[in-house]
Amino acid sequence: MSDTLTIFEKGREGRRAFVAPELDVPEKEGLLPERFRRTEPPRLPEISEPEIVRHYVNLSKRNFDLDSGFYPLGSCTMKHNPRLHERVAALPGFARLHPLQAPERAQGALELMWNLERALSEVSGLPHVSLQPSAGSHGELAGVLLTRAYHEDRGQTRHKVLTPDTAHGTNPATVTMAGLEVVKVGTNADGGVDLDDLRAKADEDVALLMLTNPNTLGLFDPNIEEIAKIVHDVGAILYYDGANLNAVMGRTRPGDMGFDIVHFNLHKTFTQPHGGGGPGSGPIAVSDRIQPYLMVPRVVRRDGGFDLDEDAPKAIGRLRGFQGNFGTFVRSYAYIRSLGAEGLQDASEVAVLNANYLLARLRQECGDLLPVAFGELCMHEFCLSGAPMKRELQIKTLDLAKRLLDHGFHPPTVYFPLLVDEALLVEPTETETKETLDEFAEAVGKILAEAREDPEVARNAPYDTPVRRLDEAGAAKRPVIRQPLP
Amino acid sequence: MADASYPDDLLYHAEHDWVRLDGDTATFGITWFAQDALGEVVFFDPPEVGSSVTAGESYAEVESVKAVSDVIAPLSGEIVEVNTALGDDPEKINEDPYGDGWLVKVKLSDPSEKDSLLDQAAYVQTLE
Amino acid sequence: MSRYTAVTPDDLREMLATIGVGSIDELFDRQIPAGVRLGRRFDLPAGMPEQAVYEHLRDLAGQNTSTEDEVTFLGAGMYDTYVPAIVDMLMERSEFLTPYTPYQPEISQGGLQVMFEYQTAISELTALPVSNASVYEGPSAVGAAGYLAKLANGRSKLVASAGLHPHSRETLRTMATGYDMEVVEVPLRDGVTAADAWASAIDADTSAVFVQQPNFLGAVEDVEALMTAAKDSPAVCVAQVDPLTLGILKPPGECGVDVAVGEGQQLGNRLDYGGPSFGFFAATEAYLRRMPGRIAGETRDVDGKRGFVLTLQTREQHIRREKATSNICTAQALNALGGVVYLSWLGRRGIVELGELLLQRTAYAREALTALDGVEALHEQPVVREFALKLDAPVERVIARCQEQGVNPGLALDDDGLLVALSERRPRADIDRLADVLGTAVAAERRRVEVSA
Repeated sequence: MSDTLTIFEKGREGRRAFVAPELDVPEKEGLLPERFRRTEPPRLPEISEPEIVRHYVNLSKRNFDLDSGFYPLGSCTMKHNPRLHERVAALPGFARLHPLQAPERAQGALELMWNLERALSEVSGLPHVSLQPSAGSHGELAGVLLTRAYHEDRGQTRHKVLTPDTAHGTNPATVTMAGLEVVKVGTNADGGVDLDDLRAKADEDVALLMLTNPNTLGLFDPNIEEIAKIVHDVGAILYYDGANLNAVMGRTRPGDMGFDIVHFNLHKTFTQPHGGGGPGSGPIAVSDRIQPYLMVPRVVRRDGGFDLDEDAPKAIGRLRGFQGNFGTFVRSYAYIRSLGAEGLQDASEVAVLNANYLLARLRQECGDLLPVAFGELCMHEFCLSGAPMKRELQIKTLDLAKRLLDHGFHPPTVYFPLLVDEALLVEPTETETKETLDEFAEAVGKILAEAREDPEVARNAPYDTPVRRLDEAGAAKRPVIRQPLP
Repeated sequence: MADASYPDDLLYHAEHDWVRLDGDTATFGITWFAQDALGEVVFFDPPEVGSSVTAGESYAEVESVKAVSDVIAPLSGEIVEVNTALGDDPEKINEDPYGDGWLVKVKLSDPSEKDSLLDQAAYVQTLE
Repeated sequence: MSRYTAVTPDDLREMLATIGVGSIDELFDRQIPAGVRLGRRFDLPAGMPEQAVYEHLRDLAGQNTSTEDEVTFLGAGMYDTYVPAIVDMLMERSEFLTPYTPYQPEISQGGLQVMFEYQTAISELTALPVSNASVYEGPSAVGAAGYLAKLANGRSKLVASAGLHPHSRETLRTMATGYDMEVVEVPLRDGVTAADAWASAIDADTSAVFVQQPNFLGAVEDVEALMTAAKDSPAVCVAQVDPLTLGILKPPGECGVDVAVGEGQQLGNRLDYGGPSFGFFAATEAYLRRMPGRIAGETRDVDGKRGFVLTLQTREQHIRREKATSNICTAQALNALGGVVYLSWLGRRGIVELGELLLQRTAYAREALTALDGVEALHEQPVVREFALKLDAPVERVIARCQEQGVNPGLALDDDGLLVALSERRPRADIDRLADVLGTAVAAERRRVEVSA
């Protein structure tokens, strides 16, 4: 089979799909001075509609996806994306609603946003919500900027943000973008925050501690109340990265753990489809003392209806245009109304059940070669170390992951968190059946057995995929990031 | 480079950088251990000729596909030459870390700083 | 068990036995300390079957006036463009809708090649060699360009034309307080950036300059002249551009722009009450390693086959962490797919034809409306698809009257201004209707004011 072609290498001069509407007004000359005019049209494809359809449909078949198979990516919560949500998101009253439509004529949209805010408030245990941020890291940026505003309003300039060394990369990147300095807090032997290290580093120059609980090892920190006290005692704010919220719905709430600011990932816990890299949404919920600084516009109740309010003198401003990724609100709201209080709790309970079951099965299949990094039980995800496997079988976590592709599974997250050597972070989610978990555990067992016979097989995997291992070093050394055109 | 090697005519800094002395100028690079940990090097961003470096501080970065590493200056001074051949062939850092993979040449401001560097045996011991 | 989980009592029994615990409660109680347990059900309504959820959402949707319900001339950053059916079909496919970011490239060649094609399309549109695979949307892309400039040259001042969309200016300010930079705004004169004020605002401490093309009031700016004025400073030259005008307007890459950003909603995406859409981000070669966001690159596999991977990842948060070019992780990949499919569908001729059509109809609309009593142009600059008027009547009341007649005339501006936008969905008949309805509304409001005076 010959090499794949981009759409720019298909079609032919003169072909077209779009036909412009007829010019129905008198044509005028000289509307645009020549010096402002483009002289050569952009070299977009010249191609017919059937060719476009065939090209992209065929491309789609070179993609593994969640509807097709198991996707135990730790830290990503790849749970089923209900199709009802696509149907309601496509309703013209939502899909064709202009963001600047007068609020009186967008009451359905505003009511949806209000209801979603109240639901997220209940789930998090914090009273005030902004749906504005477009993704988790966008919510983190909001959180750090809100924290700065909070301290500055009290005449304090604090420079430091504490993050555990297991933190997702977006946490430290966000801190720098928000003008503060990252200070790492160590992890103890049980996989939780090292309290002594935290006490040593928590001083009045600390603005914020950013944490996720359970953490990126899938472990719930039993010392969370003490952590909150240490942070609050020095006047700092506590931020919850909501990436792992799927573990705790109905059982505990970040607000009750002592967090002041929480972000949600609607594209994780609340079923917004990942889309191959977005769109997502990262709404935040905050406590009373952070509320004055929340972004504008804010959804408010007024005169028996809803409105958008920009009158908030202490607000930090806005972090994007319009109201946020409204289409994701529709889907998440539909999910919350479908499941209700009981269903959301069930989701977390089964997520934790499935993770513990898969961990137990993997222990049975290969517990000495892929031991869990910390702990006995886990929450919704667990982290294994491939270091013993590497020593004994001469294959790395990367090789195991690539060989799993040949078995029709998306591999777990690899080499994260950085704390664990040859890390493999596994999150099955609640929408998988016991049979799928069994199949996965057995596949891992088979791959290890095969490696014992011949490690080269995994080292050169995958074999059954549209392409095999790719030269990533070459792509970075001599980047080619667009199709060259004659 | 296949096997670990640490030439005995060089001096070493604990952060995996080597020094070749030549009177009051020195050549810096990263050791076999550092290039092995990084994997295939894809990019070296050299500092400007004429800029100064301070012993113990980072003066550049070396990148592989999945990692970025600070390069630490073992000694202080002014950069007089950078290895521009690495622009096209950064993999020289892997293939010949002590030869063609050299990074910068520096006119030393305080040659006595070399006394706090490690010799080959002492450096190899830190790797255990 | 709920609709999306499948644990039967038998499953539960077997799974608990394998794990070695007696109940689900035990799994939680052994890990969550008593002091933080919720101990009650969420105070939320009970779940509903699919049909009931559908009907509830349909009722909420029915309370909104969409572009199906009125003839709209509302623009200001998002526009009522026609989205072809093939875009919907492709964006709904499981293989594009449900996968994660392509961390395992061997099984993500579809998504990675789409990114590569999208990057090519944006590069062509903007005439800049380097594009990323998308950012969230327009205004935050402007803010991200400010951060790029800060990391590139370390200066502390950002100079922004008042012609930038208000959301872009506000987002830039909010983000700039984060990375500790000052934003200086340059006013408009006669509808475009005041050239002398612009030149005197730029100095050796300017990190970046920002202009919008066409600007917020729809006016075509002399971008080349504005960028030239910044050439002796260290400033990164940034332009926020309307992508649908790039078939006929000189592209940013030919105007001395270093970084071009913009709102991608019009390219194959829905209005969706403001999102999700996508932002595009393109630059000169010099800024390749400072770009935020994902970038797909071409390479070969071990068998020599052509393939694509995420590349230059050392810029990004998951590797460079606190020194990353941005904190962005999830972007807008699915919406960018819509964008590149749309641009392929428009094609090389189509984007020019669309631009010419908008140019002519916008001129016709401006002429028709400024001929009305009590309506004048706010500026006389060349316009392509949007223009600003000044009304001799309270604009909010005028808009309300028009909407009662099923026509949305545009966005209210300060001092009784009105911003009117054209999309290809507004034929001459709609424009004539607008003139009629607006003329009547303005006249009625002027009479009302006279009477009460």
